[in-house]
Amino acid sequence: MSPAILNTIEVILNGLMAGVMYSLVALGFVLIFKASGIFNYAQGVFALFAALTLVGFQTGQIPFAHVINVVLGTEYHHWGEGLNNFIAIVLTMLVMVGLAWLVERLVLRHLVNQEQIILFMATIGLAFFMEGLGDLMWGANIKVLDIGIPSGGSFWWEDVTKTWAPAESDYYGMYIDVLDVWAAVVAIILVIALTLFSQFTKTGRALRAVADDHQAALTVGISLRTIWVIVWSIAGFVALVAGIMWGAKSGVQFSLSLIALKALPVLILGGFTSIPGAIIGGLIIGVGEKLFEYGIGPLIGGATENWFAYVLALFFLMFRPQGLFGDKIIERV
Amino acid sequence: MFYREAGDFKTSYRDDQQTFPIPFDRWAVGVLLAFAFLVVPFIINEYWEKSVLLPFLVWSMAALGLNILTGYCGQVSLGTGGFMAVGAYASYKFTTAFPELNLFVIVILSGGVTAFVGILFGLPSLRIKGFYLAVATLAAQFFLVWLFNKVPWFYNYSASGMITAPARTMFGIEITGPSAPSWATYLFCLTVVVLFALVARNLTRGRVGRSWMAIRDMDIAAEIIGVAPLKAKLSAFAISSFYIGVAGALFFSVYLGAAEPTEAFGIDKSFLVLFMIIIGGLGSIMGSFIGAAFITLIPVLFKNIMVGGLGWPTDMVQHLIFMLLGGLIMFFLIVEPHGLAQLWRITKEKLRLWPFPH
Repeated sequence: MSPAILNTIEVILNGLMAGVMYSLVALGFVLIFKASGIFNYAQGVFALFAALTLVGFQTGQIPFAHVINVVLGTEYHHWGEGLNNFIAIVLTMLVMVGLAWLVERLVLRHLVNQEQIILFMATIGLAFFMEGLGDLMWGANIKVLDIGIPSGGSFWWEDVTKTWAPAESDYYGMYIDVLDVWAAVVAIILVIALTLFSQFTKTGRALRAVADDHQAALTVGISLRTIWVIVWSIAGFVALVAGIMWGAKSGVQFSLSLIALKALPVLILGGFTSIPGAIIGGLIIGVGEKLFEYGIGPLIGGATENWFAYVLALFFLMFRPQGLFGDKIIERV
Repeated sequence: MFYREAGDFKTSYRDDQQTFPIPFDRWAVGVLLAFAFLVVPFIINEYWEKSVLLPFLVWSMAALGLNILTGYCGQVSLGTGGFMAVGAYASYKFTTAFPELNLFVIVILSGGVTAFVGILFGLPSLRIKGFYLAVATLAAQFFLVWLFNKVPWFYNYSASGMITAPARTMFGIEITGPSAPSWATYLFCLTVVVLFALVARNLTRGRVGRSWMAIRDMDIAAEIIGVAPLKAKLSAFAISSFYIGVAGALFFSVYLGAAEPTEAFGIDKSFLVLFMIIIGGLGSIMGSFIGAAFITLIPVLFKNIMVGGLGWPTDMVQHLIFMLLGGLIMFFLIVEPHGLAQLWRITKEKLRLWPFPH
């Protein structure tokens, strides 16, 4: 194969990997949207918050150390060496469950039966709140998140692909980040686990019932409030996974919360209500924007990744307003 | 007691249809405007101009624009920052290309350019609704900012990629540029904002406004009774973008003086304006002003209290303000989804009947 084709394949592969990362975030959105009809803008901030908390536990930071020091005039920063990865992850998960409970208790419960757009705006407010809270709790500096996932280019893959090109060309193999491969594996496991959970457990069945029809679910004795707490906890768990992956890739910092914006076109492509849609939408967006940047980007000045996803989503919407896999929108007067 | 209609007999159709039907309202608005035009310019100083009054006026203008689109026509837009950038860059290109042109004309022209861009990005609204449209407007936000970063023509090939407002005068007094006096910039912005607020108020009371509201309340039903969705939606996009473009032009050339697109017109600005109209009140002209005042002044107030009064570090206060803002938005959505303007409306109802409960 000629190097040009190999380069294109490399771009597509990397696009697929990036797409998986987008899907990880989009998955959290779909879960909440299906169960409660809420479009949770705060999902990206959840991922940031989860990653910050995890790093905090790992390194043994004292929460709100900055505030305590300022108000009381003390100099506390750490309470010890930190916890090992497993305990830290479990504790972070507990924090996310607590958060889900608080959100249901303090916000959602009072907004039942409001229009979707009001709920959406409430989650934007929540996102702002959590952003401030995360920074206040753990400090706003960029943190390194390392829980032992290997990263860096794969030499084995480079060597393998080098042999594909004709010997006389100076092709030096494809670059693939091991971390991205891991992320893809984790995403696949996550989707399988979520599917199994929703198909074969009692809670999962209750979740699907709520997603189908709130009122009917209530009449057969499913507690909406419990279900919402469970859903938001699961979304918190997905956010944790996304936070770990993104955090390991690019450090834990404010820009992590902006991946929520990138997940929006993914959702639009896949449809808000479909888990496979989130995955496939993510892959299409990932491959699309990488290919566009590779093929057309240099002609028009580069950095097209900033907007390409949205424009692509826009064009899709023109033809299928409900997304690729979404439920058909029926409107009546 | 004094806030009531009893005894105020309207004898002509004109009286009945005036902008402020209640005499007390007319008086209050008149006194407020007189104060803003005749007193404030004499007591204004640099601090009040730069951190309170100009931001308030500029953001009020932007909030008015978004309120026309989102509050009156029901089309959620997250592209406000991008449209403000269009206004800012249009005003920059006009001022540098035609140095003799009157600043007021430039501001209007910038609004016109933005209206055109707004129509282009509003086209998808004919097919997409709700969140889907919100995400579609994100395309405008990111694409426009990218465009202004990448095409050197827009920033006149300056090395830094920044745009800087050249000094321009009106009636011999500098309005833009670093040495413009505070009262002049203030009066200029105030005149523009008051003028367009009046226009907006009357637009929304008239035929166009009614067709917007019909579309907002239920577009299919509106279409059936004969409101043309194409006309209504695109006119809302055009007029809203016009306002936002004017706000962008004022923001850049009068308030900031120099701007860089990613920093000054990022997605956070879109959210900020959205917050203003939510807190102020969707579908209310006065709500736009209250919301803009709230969002621009609360951080200033808290900064003064916490940094100036308690001596806390700025970055911590910044995070606290974030939390506060988010918390307030949730609070308002829970307590009064129709915003502060609705609270004011309820107060007015109560005042009319006072001291009787019914």
